[in-house]
Amino acid sequence: MINSCPPAFIFIIGAVIIPLLRGKTKSAFMLFLPILGFINLLNMTEGTYWILSFLNYNIIFGRVDKLSMVFGYIFTLISFIGVMYAIHLRDDIQHVSAFIYAGSALGVTYAGDFISLYIFWEMLAISSVFLIWARKTQKSLDAGFRYILVHMVGGLVLLAGILLYVNTTGTVEFNFIGLNGLGSWLILIGFALNAAIFPLHPWLTDAYPEATVTGAVFMSSFTTKSAVYILARTFPGTELLIWLGAFMTAFPIFYAVIANDIRRVLAYSLINQVGFMVCGIGIGTKLALNGTVSHAFCHILYKALLFMSAGSVLYVTGRIKCTQLGGLYKTMPLTAFFCIIGAASISAFPLFSGFVSKSMIINASVTEHLVIIWLVLQFASAGVFHHAGIKVPFFMFFGEDSGIRAKEPPFNMLLAMGIAAFFCVFIGIYPAPLYRILPFPVDYIPYTASHVVGQLQLLMFGALAFVLLILSGYYPAELRAINLDVDWFYRKGAKAIVSLATGIASETAKLCNYVFIKLLPAQLSAFSKKPVSYLLHLVNCRQTSTFTFFHQDIELSTRTPSGVPVMLAIIFLSALALIFFIA
Amino acid sequence: MKKELKIFDNPKNVHFFLYIFYASLAVLLLVDLFIPKHSHFKWESVPEFFAVYGFASCVSLIFIAKLLRRIVKRDENYYDK
Repeated sequence: MINSCPPAFIFIIGAVIIPLLRGKTKSAFMLFLPILGFINLLNMTEGTYWILSFLNYNIIFGRVDKLSMVFGYIFTLISFIGVMYAIHLRDDIQHVSAFIYAGSALGVTYAGDFISLYIFWEMLAISSVFLIWARKTQKSLDAGFRYILVHMVGGLVLLAGILLYVNTTGTVEFNFIGLNGLGSWLILIGFALNAAIFPLHPWLTDAYPEATVTGAVFMSSFTTKSAVYILARTFPGTELLIWLGAFMTAFPIFYAVIANDIRRVLAYSLINQVGFMVCGIGIGTKLALNGTVSHAFCHILYKALLFMSAGSVLYVTGRIKCTQLGGLYKTMPLTAFFCIIGAASISAFPLFSGFVSKSMIINASVTEHLVIIWLVLQFASAGVFHHAGIKVPFFMFFGEDSGIRAKEPPFNMLLAMGIAAFFCVFIGIYPAPLYRILPFPVDYIPYTASHVVGQLQLLMFGALAFVLLILSGYYPAELRAINLDVDWFYRKGAKAIVSLATGIASETAKLCNYVFIKLLPAQLSAFSKKPVSYLLHLVNCRQTSTFTFFHQDIELSTRTPSGVPVMLAIIFLSALALIFFIA
Repeated sequence: MKKELKIFDNPKNVHFFLYIFYASLAVLLLVDLFIPKHSHFKWESVPEFFAVYGFASCVSLIFIAKLLRRIVKRDENYYDK
């Protein structure tokens, strides 16, 4: 392994150099980095490398096996596509954070111990938030803060879990964890948050639509898929994940149907697709895990393609809502074409990439006799075609003409979409190279007559439902509105807590002001002036049961600033007296 | 100004594509009767199961989504208030 170095370092060190370069050198350097990363990956052989001793713990930057290599390949490939898509930008912050983000995802992938995993895990969140903030709108600023807060909470839960787990096992190295004890539960929750498992998902649908045009492409690729990778490594065969995953495939499609922002539709369908992977991890058989990994691979490509085409529309028109778009195929046929390829891939049409990967997971549910899961996954497959396959291209490029006549995006953006589209079709037609790099030997044939016809029936009759509902006017109209999700609890809840806390704090402050600044000094000063008459007054008050103070003295002392020093002096002296007596 | 594509502005073209779509549905229904099935669940081999399930899924999806919208729909500035 002399010829290679940890893949994360190439990206992260490269990121630091980017701001130093200018013009074409910078563009060439940025495109060269993922290529260098890829050559580096080809030089890596299976094993454990780059071990660093730290406080008697072994930090492992290179756990190289088949599972990590698949994710290494796809993360590097999508970095190249994402950089190509963003190369026209003159915004170093976005470039640098994108590279650090990609490097962190690779760091998570090859981490063999909890320490490096945790560091890269936090870097994922910190670097990606700049891709949201770089849009420089108030909405993106707010969404970025919510994003980073949620991820910090998730990171802390993960850290707590790691500490408990390391405490019981005595080593920071990890492999299969499985659910046993509090530590493993906390670790699972930390991972689940990044994988956007219900109910920890709303950060995704909140933040991704607010990210920059190019930032959303990177974000759709790294955070959730590195979490899928780590779940596949640490929690395969956890039954809970079957049900959570199946639920994840189903519930977002309802939201996707009624969402107005196209990138929010894509964000919900992203959760739906990750649901298939989580379900596959839960099933945990070799077929299911192969399905999960290959689906992650294909998903990164077609989801990035869909985000790129939606981003292109946002880039040239400045609009991204269904209610503002329509008829763009007239002047943007290439973008429309690439979007349709992405839509066909996510819908798992035969000859497109989703078909050869998603079916492995569904087939795994069949071989494990999970009838309900199978029905839910088929429902979700029909549903995903409905919203991501039809709704996204239809409302952007077809449908009612919005009157917008926008040009195609710059050449580099088209080229990036073209590369992603090529891989979507290539894998769909010729899946053998993908199957070769999967963690387990593949004994699965996607193209059987019954599978092709069954899948086509499912999709085409789903499309028929769309056509009939649109023609009859039953299809829910696109509205300028938002839809509440689980984030309501913290977005409204946080405001309630803040107002409650400030309410309590300000009332306490008022009370303290009255007691310690006004009342006590006044009484004490009155006492120190005329102790005897003060005490007599107090006694008189008791007897007549009308408890009044020297009101004129209160008035006097609040006007003179001597009240506070006097009070402090008396407290100090009383404390001294107390200490003296006790000692 | 670049030339615009206007293929779908003509209702004839839209109808043409719709007819092709309906025809392909008919072909799928027909083909399904003649292909060998290897299934683990009994309804997987029921003729035209996937056509019925796909259609029913999407119709129920739309109607449930409409109901969901009644509950969760808010004004665009809901969180900014």
